[in-house]
Amino acid sequence: MTFFEFCEKYNLELISKGEDREIEGGFAGDLHSWAMANAHENFAWFTIMGNINTVAVASLNDVAGVVLCQNSPMNQQALEKAQEEGINLAKTKLPIFDIAAMLYNEIGK
Amino acid sequence: MEPIKFNYTVPGDDFTAAGQASTDLKRKLKTMGVDSKSLRNINISLYEGEINLAIHAGGGEITVLVFPDKVEMYLDDNGPGIVDIELALTEGYSGASDAVRSLGFGAGMGLPNMKKYADEFYIESEVGKGTHIKMIVHLQ
Repeated sequence: MTFFEFCEKYNLELISKGEDREIEGGFAGDLHSWAMANAHENFAWFTIMGNINTVAVASLNDVAGVVLCQNSPMNQQALEKAQEEGINLAKTKLPIFDIAAMLYNEIGK
Repeated sequence: MEPIKFNYTVPGDDFTAAGQASTDLKRKLKTMGVDSKSLRNINISLYEGEINLAIHAGGGEITVLVFPDKVEMYLDDNGPGIVDIELALTEGYSGASDAVRSLGFGAGMGLPNMKKYADEFYIESEVGKGTHIKMIVHLQ
């Protein structure tokens, strides 16, 4: 399943759009050091942390996309940076646990 | 053979800039054909170092030397220094402020991740003078 397909199926709002990628795994968490070490390339990263550093980590790790959960706010400067860098970023009102479980059901890992 | 050298200045307490050096280096190394596993190790160790310079040291300098078989990273600052290096290298120990924690840092994984993902890690620190770190990642 690609990141865009996942967004469409579960009504996630894509607020920054780059190249679509096949999702190869997931990581849920807000601490950037953990995300750096565990949100691997082509993973979907579920977080509530919508700041510029989230964009930096997403870019460095080449994640398939970031899912900002539970309607948590996205910093405007960070959003612009994500759009400039072509990073996939989607919003949902669902809590991290729920939306991560949906991805797990789709890709089984 | 002369290594290729890159220099970056990391501003202190400017979190909007934190990550720029790592991101730039990653792009350059990717273009140079560095393998993905080594690139990941370089990414993680340098990003953590860059964040440390921004949040703890009041900024600093990063020098990267790219050799055919390894990448050396030097992080130098004139910050407050580390009182107990062994403690700072313990996973989970953090000296970050609440403000910094609220941004997603302060997990106490900065130095431990640097040590873990670099093949070689050296640190010297003097209280009141600053910290000097050398990290080497061997290319696959």
